[in-house]
Amino acid sequence: MSEMTYAQAARLGLQEEMRRDPTVWALGEDLGYEGGMAGQYSDLQAEFGADRIVDTPISESTIMGAAVGAALAGTRPIAELRFSDFAMCAVDELVNQAAKARYMFGGQARVPMVARMPIGIRGGIAAQHSQSPEAWYTHVPGLVVVTPGTPAENRGLLKAAIRCDDPVVYMEHKGLWGVTGEVDENDPSEIPLGVARTVRDGRDITIVSWAAQVGVAAEAAEALASEGISAEIIDLRTLWPWDRDTVMASVARTGRLLVVHEAVRVGGFGGEIAAEVAEELGVPVARLGGERIPIPFSIPLEEAYKIKADRIAARVREMPA
Amino acid sequence: MTSNLANEPARVAAMFRKMLVIRTFEEAAGENFFAGHVRGSVHQYIGEESIAVGICENLRDDDYLTSNHRGHGHSIAKGADPRAMMLELFGKIGGTSDGKGGSMHIADFSVGMLGANGVIADGCTISVGAAQAVKLLGQDRIVVNFIGDGGINRGPFMEALNWAKVYELPVLFVCENNQIAATTTTRLVTAGEGIARRAESFDVPAVTIDGNDLFTVDGTAARVISEIRNGSGPQLIQAMTYRLRGHFAHDDAGYREPGEAEAALEHEPIRRTEAWLCENGLSQDELDAMRAEVTAEIAGYVDDAMQADWPDPSLAFTDVQDVGAPNMPGAIS
Repeated sequence: MSEMTYAQAARLGLQEEMRRDPTVWALGEDLGYEGGMAGQYSDLQAEFGADRIVDTPISESTIMGAAVGAALAGTRPIAELRFSDFAMCAVDELVNQAAKARYMFGGQARVPMVARMPIGIRGGIAAQHSQSPEAWYTHVPGLVVVTPGTPAENRGLLKAAIRCDDPVVYMEHKGLWGVTGEVDENDPSEIPLGVARTVRDGRDITIVSWAAQVGVAAEAAEALASEGISAEIIDLRTLWPWDRDTVMASVARTGRLLVVHEAVRVGGFGGEIAAEVAEELGVPVARLGGERIPIPFSIPLEEAYKIKADRIAARVREMPA
Repeated sequence: MTSNLANEPARVAAMFRKMLVIRTFEEAAGENFFAGHVRGSVHQYIGEESIAVGICENLRDDDYLTSNHRGHGHSIAKGADPRAMMLELFGKIGGTSDGKGGSMHIADFSVGMLGANGVIADGCTISVGAAQAVKLLGQDRIVVNFIGDGGINRGPFMEALNWAKVYELPVLFVCENNQIAATTTTRLVTAGEGIARRAESFDVPAVTIDGNDLFTVDGTAARVISEIRNGSGPQLIQAMTYRLRGHFAHDDAGYREPGEAEAALEHEPIRRTEAWLCENGLSQDELDAMRAEVTAEIAGYVDDAMQADWPDPSLAFTDVQDVGAPNMPGAIS
């Protein structure tokens, strides 16, 4: 076991996959000298060369489109978009091409690519560098959507995403880059896609979340515990496909569900989970998500957007028992 | 430019036959559209056949091709099975995608045909990526991207030109300049001198040719493809042509100048190539026999398509994805 950051763990996962499979390569802006926004590619160009860690022009459409072409032609590219906000320049290539090629071509094609596009508030980078649009991609047939929450997950899920034959939208949370955690370097196994992790066991309510919001939910659970409310926390890890079995089994036991996400509540993926649970189990459900505003810049404004632990705890107290 | 092709009448005849297959296929597609058997949009390639055939005759089976919405000609020229294509237009089992894609999503990966495309210029970025894969895998394939004159005003085209040159990729961009973008005259919405100049500004060598002249297309393609295979980096061919029909089958092209389409018939590739063959040893009887044979062949595909089975509705739910695949309606999730 060793302690490493979320970014270092992702770098390790990529390095392991690139050593294992010569058809794995990455393309994006500033991967060489800079080593990626958080060092998640640092020194990999020295090891694998400029043909496998490719510094590209600022051409998001082509970063994504080239990854589609390269995947159709027998390689496993990782398209690094730096910010999910920038990836919006390439939604066409992802949604119209990557997601649908296999289907449109009647199963002749596979598009084994990873579209890596970090989400979330890092602090002070405002409305075009802080969004959490993960729900958009859950709506698109053909895509897998992954939101790793810990260093170990960012290694294991990235490995699974690279090995997956479907296009995977891989959304690291920028607020987690420097967070440290235990990673077992001697265990090179992947973490399966579509499997949630129960972070904390509880009896009275199930709180489902993902990415950086999981830690906030865990804080809320701690506060609730001191009041005698036992909250079970589930980190979904993969949004599509989301782990229905784990969530349904948990809510069947606790009898209530709260979904919490940093993304805007309106049209957020929390609505989907809440609706599915309500339809299947008929229990009280609730959602917490960001107000429908752009992410602001100034500290008090940005803080006002965030869903803090006290709001989560308060929402739980309001819910019918 | 005259190629060696003029010394090879048998090869000209074979290429002409392929052009005829495309023309006849497209006419049948249009007829069956109006008869209600083919749904959606049918973008016919009528009048541009010499470009697809002249380019693709110089490719290997394992070279890649990306196409656009007007892709039937490219697909047939690259070696896709026109019977399977016709079944696809009809939405039937046995179509290139068993009815999942239709006219704008025909592909045949067994002959390197990486797909037609419903989004203008998206084939450009797919092509440069396929070329990067080719390099990474140490292969000597090349990638050909067919784009229209309307596509050159999309960002991905210009991004891909830059990209192809930066990484010196084995890509041939072929711009079929039929001078009209859907229903809008391209020069009215295009600044500057157009595609060749744009390519040259990225140091991508560009040549403009008469795309309706099979000999010129073949000769240019032979030279350029050989140069690209030998490491020249990307190049571009602008093939001037004329779309004899509307944007799609149900467009009557009322925006044309009076007499414009009639005048264009004089330069259209089937007529020109046929005239050359007549002057170079092929008798009218032989030509008529070839025409009858092709007509019967395509009519047979139409019959097959009429009689082929519809896909079972359950097929709507397959080949979406492995992880998180959809459930059949009614299935317990």
